[in-house]
Amino acid sequence: MNLEGKQQIWNDYQKEIADDHYFYARSCIRQTFFPGSEWAYLDIMKNKLGKDVVDDPRHTTCTGIGYHSDIVPAETIMTVVARHFALMTEAGYENMTPSCITSFGIYTEILETWEHHPEIEEKIREYLWKATKREFNKPKNLAHTSDIIYKFRNEIATQSKYKLVNVHTGRPLRGVDHIGCHYSKMFPTKGIGGAEFPAVLSGLIYAWGGDVIDYPERRHCCGFGFRQYLVMANRGYSVANSKKKFESMQPYQPDFIVANCPGCAMFMDKWQYTISEMEGTTYGQDGYGIPVLTYEELSALVLGYDPWEIGLQMHQVSVEPLLDKMGIPYDPEAKYKNVRGENIGAPKCPTYLRVANL
Amino acid sequence: MAKVIIIGGGPAGCEAAHQLANQGIEVELVEKSNETGGNLNNWYQLFPDRKYAKDLNAILKGHLEHPNIRLHLGMEPKKIEKSKTGKFNVPLTDGSLLEGDSLLVATGFKIFDARRKEEYGYGIYENVITSVELENMFYNHAITTAGGNTPKRVGIIHCVGSRDEKVCNYHCSKLCCITGVKQAIEIRELLPEAEIFCFYMDMRMFGPGYEEMYREAQEKYNIKFIRGRLSEAAENMQKQLQIKVEDTLVGKPLRMTLDMMILLVGMESSEGTRQTAGELGLNLAPNGFIQPQDPHYRNNFTNVEGVFVAGCGSAPMNLTDTLADARSAASCITAYVKNHKI
Amino acid sequence: MINFWGYSISETRSINYDKNDKAMTEYIAATVPSSKLCIGCGGCTAGCTAGNLTDFNIRKVQMLMKRGETKDAKEQLQKCMLCGKCMLVCPRGVETRKMILEMLNFIKTNQKLED
Repeated sequence: MNLEGKQQIWNDYQKEIADDHYFYARSCIRQTFFPGSEWAYLDIMKNKLGKDVVDDPRHTTCTGIGYHSDIVPAETIMTVVARHFALMTEAGYENMTPSCITSFGIYTEILETWEHHPEIEEKIREYLWKATKREFNKPKNLAHTSDIIYKFRNEIATQSKYKLVNVHTGRPLRGVDHIGCHYSKMFPTKGIGGAEFPAVLSGLIYAWGGDVIDYPERRHCCGFGFRQYLVMANRGYSVANSKKKFESMQPYQPDFIVANCPGCAMFMDKWQYTISEMEGTTYGQDGYGIPVLTYEELSALVLGYDPWEIGLQMHQVSVEPLLDKMGIPYDPEAKYKNVRGENIGAPKCPTYLRVANL
Repeated sequence: MAKVIIIGGGPAGCEAAHQLANQGIEVELVEKSNETGGNLNNWYQLFPDRKYAKDLNAILKGHLEHPNIRLHLGMEPKKIEKSKTGKFNVPLTDGSLLEGDSLLVATGFKIFDARRKEEYGYGIYENVITSVELENMFYNHAITTAGGNTPKRVGIIHCVGSRDEKVCNYHCSKLCCITGVKQAIEIRELLPEAEIFCFYMDMRMFGPGYEEMYREAQEKYNIKFIRGRLSEAAENMQKQLQIKVEDTLVGKPLRMTLDMMILLVGMESSEGTRQTAGELGLNLAPNGFIQPQDPHYRNNFTNVEGVFVAGCGSAPMNLTDTLADARSAASCITAYVKNHKI
Repeated sequence: MINFWGYSISETRSINYDKNDKAMTEYIAATVPSSKLCIGCGGCTAGCTAGNLTDFNIRKVQMLMKRGETKDAKEQLQKCMLCGKCMLVCPRGVETRKMILEMLNFIKTNQKLED
């Protein structure tokens, strides 16, 4: 893999990212499956990077899941998104930063649609007015929150407590970067590094001392595909896609996977359990899985947040092997305790997939 | 004596110069590089007869030793102007000034930059090379991977940069199919044990002897042809390419590993063609090549009187057609200067 | 494979050329060299007696065989009526009938060996 060739491509795909004053749009599933992730992002932004971010509780789902599974019509989702823009406008902000890749894709798609069809935008403005008496300005800058972290990756590196380096061997940790399809496959120019060789997450890994694995199925979809996994009988080919990726990356012995799409992170984490139960196969070392992190969690670990404070105990695949390699101290006893020290209960131990301390 | 300025010293420019000179017309032949031959200099053997490119080049070059031809190597026109009297003034980069009664644009094509097909990994994966680079390997009689090994499986990818809206090229470059067949045979001669595949969308065997060569490639040289366009390539740990195509005639996706992947890069109008067209106000076709006045009987005429076009400046052409086009242009120019009593 | 969640992991339908067994492919290439000449025009299939009544597709069968998809090819072979119409129309002179017979031969020999 010739890095110079890639850098040439990266030069062609740079995007403008606002410096400060962000309106934050939460993800439906990120806060469910990775409950510490968005909190960690906001904390890093506000307290480590000193940025101004608005997290408006009135913000709702973008209805992307319903839209992509043919339940929510295009006009409806556009009106819901228009309301998000209205909340942003009312708060006096113009930089929209969604946490979810699906939302990012949808915002991009809608803005692009309005660009080419102003009559649709007019119609949606009318719908929003009728429904809520709200008006809005379109965001001046739209960036996914992983773009924001990418923008400040070097600042994070300066403040970092831990590097993506194996403290026992001194070797850089090997990371797999998995980019959500709707980050740049629909609009390659809207993603840092384009669609074929995106740089948004590999940039983080390099900046924090790690190495990136280029494995053959790197660009392949994780298999999330709303209308696939929503129907139980179809989940077989959802999981088959993740399996294809795991099989392709396993020979490189990745130390972790980092994803910017909440769906990808969730599936790549949970499917490792599913595959292990169905086929007895695990992909990490010594019977463990390959730890899967959101980019917020990875940033937080590098900055020295407590693993249990950012919710890593909610992962299916144990993160302890990674913590050990990075030299991050943690209290095994505290894993299943809440902030008050009360036991929150330990999950059942899987048949094949090894889980630390279970 | 009438005088014609020819921009471009590739096969078309050379052949037209020779023909015009033989008609008693003075020729000023301008070539930007230090030798004539253009893209022919990058080729080893030609289809379909496997003639050495350098032999043809030598013939074309030999013809330039003519008292009526003045060669300007390593020169570019600083600008190209048509005066009110219909004469052409072309100041060159060395300060000299050429004057002519007619101008022939023989600025040819350029090779598609394979890096624009990002998903094929040219410039990123070390064992992805272009058909032009392969010709260089033929020169040296050795085909090896970047790691110095003998490839066991080679894939030749057709239509790279051609027939592809994604790179803004709707047109067919015409020559790549037969180039692929020729190169597959040459690879077989150097690598008798290798498995050799061509991945094509259509096999466009338009020239005499081409279909026969394709047939021979299948039967005698055991080249395997799979109808399907490459979707993406990725590199594995051994620096091989893992490719994804659809075997469209079977109706299934197909995956395989290649030790080496050759991209049959297509043709685009050269910078010289676009620049000359810009200065003279020549019409360009949507594919970026110069638009002739009529595709049948005025294919060497442009929309500007006295300006003619020959060779790949107007469309992708093989050498046979390029040389014939040059002769045709020469005859049109001869008639033009006679009719204008120059 | 366990199916306790109402689904199981789907198998790929991609042709995995690297892993496929090409013993039959090599045997046919050696015994019926004309089979290499196919250009996939489908002339054979259009007039095929068996293909008119069943999903037998002689063009596709020989292509599956060439890619090492032997199992798929095998399942189809018995449907051929060996009438030879395909051979009459083939523009590349592929000995289609011989090809079918040799494929059957290969299967028979290999089965004997397996037994």
